[in-house]
Order: sequence, then structure tokens, then C-alpha cells
Amino acid sequence: MITVAQTLEAIRNSSVEDVLNQCIDRIESGTFNTFITVAKESALEAAGKMEGHTGPLAGIPIAIKDNISTRGIQTTCASKILGGYVPPYDAHVIERLKAAGAIIVGKANMDEFAMGTSTESSHYGPTLNPWDPERVPGGSSGGSAATVAASEVPLSLGSDTGGSVRCPASFCGVVGLKPTYGVISRYGLISYANSLEQIGPIASNVEDMTLLFNVIAGHDARDSTSVAGEKDYTKALVDDVKGLTIGVPEEYFGEGIDPAVEKSVWDGVHRLEELGASWKEVKMAHTKYALAAYYVIAMSEASSNLARFDGMRYGLRLEKDHDWHTTYSEIRAQGFGEEVKRRILLGTYALSAGYMDKYYLKALKVRTLIRQDFEQALKDTDVLIAPTMPTPAFKLGEKISDPLTLYMADVNTVPINLAGVPSVSLPCGFSNGLPIGLQVMGRHFDEATIIRTAYTFEQNTDFHTRSPEVA
Amino acid sequence: MITTKDVEHIGWLARLKMEEEQLEGYAGQLNSVLDYFGQLDEVDTEGVEPTFHVLKVNNVFRDDEVTGCLTHDEATGNAPRTQDGYFKAPRII
Repeated sequence: MITVAQTLEAIRNSSVEDVLNQCIDRIESGTFNTFITVAKESALEAAGKMEGHTGPLAGIPIAIKDNISTRGIQTTCASKILGGYVPPYDAHVIERLKAAGAIIVGKANMDEFAMGTSTESSHYGPTLNPWDPERVPGGSSGGSAATVAASEVPLSLGSDTGGSVRCPASFCGVVGLKPTYGVISRYGLISYANSLEQIGPIASNVEDMTLLFNVIAGHDARDSTSVAGEKDYTKALVDDVKGLTIGVPEEYFGEGIDPAVEKSVWDGVHRLEELGASWKEVKMAHTKYALAAYYVIAMSEASSNLARFDGMRYGLRLEKDHDWHTTYSEIRAQGFGEEVKRRILLGTYALSAGYMDKYYLKALKVRTLIRQDFEQALKDTDVLIAPTMPTPAFKLGEKISDPLTLYMADVNTVPINLAGVPSVSLPCGFSNGLPIGLQVMGRHFDEATIIRTAYTFEQNTDFHTRSPEVA
Repeated sequence: MITTKDVEHIGWLARLKMEEEQLEGYAGQLNSVLDYFGQLDEVDTEGVEPTFHVLKVNNVFRDDEVTGCLTHDEATGNAPRTQDGYFKAPRII
């Protein structure tokens, strides 16, 4: 995989244009279907203006998940309904990236409207896992993680609603962060489940991930859930966990966990113990209800957020108009894929008269109990460690036909979004050549401690140095 | 228990046209997911406040000042059909 430091070195030895052209060549000759749109022209134009730029990411190519608005570059959410849509404005994170000198090389493939765990629901075809092309890269930010794993780009952005940055980071052997809710502005992120989702950085190592996070985090008045305050997260890149207490929640090592995943994560905890941390088991009693609560809330919010796609102001419009309701209903039936329709239907039902209290309100109350589990567990521990995914990457087609089985894969990632706490996934082992992800969770706004823990683990292991063999 | 008739009605509410042959498949899938959601009933939430927002935040206010915005052409630039600078929609009545 490619690091930011290597890319900056390459730029010094040649030029921004040369490095960018090599990057685009790798993307265009890649075989994993990592991108929906490659923005060659605008990227080369940006590279031409980079002379003398002193930003922290000056000349660094970056891939952006296709649900983050980029002025002048097609943004489809991997859906037929948004095919050809070109946003007239940049998301807040894109403004920040441009100011830092990063060059947007294109829009990464994803599950349609970020709904999925495998990037198989993309209208533009699935992304393949660079470690084994017969397997999924994880989802929904599968293109964003796979492009980093395949050494196409050093950095990418994903979005994480129920694990959509951490799941593909785990399956692709890269590092991905879901920050505290509110730390990164969602302005310009096309909403799926707004009370849960956060944009998240993806890189090949903790230092690069932190560098990218530092650039995109910060207050934005255009997002009313954005939190004020600026921090320098790179100060947390400290190789030291002495005195840190790790909590290990037994509920995250439950039924269906792969023995190799369990062993690798425990080995990780013990490695940190050798480096000076201590650990204890913690109880998080409501974890088993997190999946159901998450899907009720996510689908309810999705049914509301996706009501805006009517084919009038942007997106798919059919040849012939009928009356309003018929036109609207046909456009949406043809424009949305199966998983999106399923979630809209379930969300509409959960919010309909007579059922709102039974499903939506109940899920929000369970959410409170899950949040309290985290507050309790993190009272006398500094971080929590658990597997990101219960298994390594599964095969394409293996779970897509059975929605409930696919939803079950998110069991260890969704509680974090319900509670709004930060969590990072980083490689901690391999099973039959497939990467395993370790998840470090922390208190609200305490990204610094999870970065420090992840960085120390990385500095004292070599999992992050391995790359898939890419032709 | 969700019937095919219910799926048709939910589809109408959600503005999603359903083909006859899809209804049964969706009914089966919706029932199995809703069964799964039913496990939330096991949780005692007596006296528990719902979490709408994970952080203790209040309303955010800003001064009512005019700031930059999209031009008319930018705002309508992605519309598949326009007329005289307006979005062209199908008849409502």
C-alpha cells in the first residue's frame, strides 16, 4: 500500500502531475471496480495549480465515496436514480481537502445510498476485495477501502452509518475511523440515516488516517449537528500505552465469531498489555438489541431522507409523465435498487400510524440503554477493544440474497453509531490470507486516546505493512 | 403479519410502484425483518427517555443574514426538464 510520506517523497523527486498520472494509470488499469467516476480532467487541472502549495496534503491524490458532494464531479450514491447528477457545490470536507492541497481523483464505489455491508448493491457493479477478488470488500465504503488496499491511492473518504468505514477497513486490511458524532460536518453528505452517520477517513496506516482526520474535522455552521472546537489530533500519535486500561466487552465475542478473529483480537489485547496497558472484561448488557434498534432507526430515517428523490429537480426522469403520484412512484421504482426499496418500505411501515411507538420510539429508548452501556463501560476504562467484524471477508453472493443474514454481520459495528462514540478499525491479523480488523472504541470526543492506542499497536506489530498481491 | 395488500399500501405511502409479482417476495422479507425487530419488546424501557441525539445539544441559532447561494442556473442545472427557468413537474390535479 502507499503512504502519504512515500507520495510526498515521490512528488519531491518528480512532480505532482507525474505522481497523479501514475495514480490514475493504476486506477484505470485496476480490476477491482473501485471507482464509479474517475475525475481525470479536474484532477490534472488541480495538479497544475499546486506549485508552491504548502498545505499538509499538497498534491496527495484522494478518493471520495460517491455519496459526498463534489462540485463539478458526478455524484451518484451508486444509484441509477442519481446517474448524471453533478453537484453545484462542495461538501464541507471537500472544501477542507482542497484547502489542504489534496487532489480529488474520483468517486469511489459503494453500496447504493450507503445501504449495505458488501458493496454488492451498487448499481455500477460490486467492488472486489484486492486480497481475494472472489470476496466482498465490505461495505458500504467498499470502493474507498479497496482502492487504498490495492495501492491505487494513499487516502480515501468513506461514510459510516452502522460500520460502513470500519467494516471495509477490516475486510481490506486498512485503517478506518468513525469519529464522534458531530466532529466532522455532514454538510454535502447525501443523507441516509442522519442521526447515525459520520464521514470517516481511510488510509493504510494510523498516522496517515490521523493526518486526513485532522484536515477534515472541525466546526461548520451549515451543519446544525456540527460541534465547535478544533484539535490537533496528530499530537495523539504517541507510541505509549502505559497506564491505559482496556475494556474487553465479552458480548462482542458472541455466537458466530470466527475462531481466528477471536484469537487475533485477544492477541492484540495481550500485545498492548505487554506494552504497558492493563485490561479487564466489561459488560455491555444491551448489545444484543443493538442490531434491531439500529435497523429500525436507520430505515425510518432513510424512508424520510430518500423522499427527496422525485426525479423533478435532479436524477432519473422517465420518458412519459402521468399524474404526479404515478410519475413519482414509477421513477422511484425504476431508480432505486432492491435493498434501498426494502429499507424505504420497512422505514415507512415503522413510522406509520399505529406502529411508530412500537418500533421507532422503542428503538430510540433502547438506544439510550446502549449509550448508557458505553458510558458505564468507559467509566473506569480508557478504551474498549473488540473485533470489528465477526469474520473475515465473505464471498460475493454468499449473503446478498438473505437480507437478515447480511444485517447480522454488522453486530459489532452498529452499537458505536447508536451511542455516537468514536471507533477505529485497524489490521490485527490474517486468516487464510484475509485480513482481520481490531476495533478500538472510546469516549465521546476522545479520539486522541483511540488514536494513541491504535498507533502504539501499529508501531509494535507489522500487520499494516502487508499488501495484497495486485497485478 | 404483513399481507401483500399491506405491502401495496406501504408502497403507495412511500411512492414506490409495486408490480403484482413483487408483492409476495417483499411481504415475506418484511415479515422476517419485523419479526426480528420484535425482540425489542423484550427490553424493559419503562421510564427510559428516547435518544434522538447522542450529544446533549440544544437548538443552534444564527443571525438572519443573507449569505452566498446558488445561482438560478446552478439550482436548476440538474433538472431533467425545465421550462422558463422553472422545474417542470407533472400535473397534480
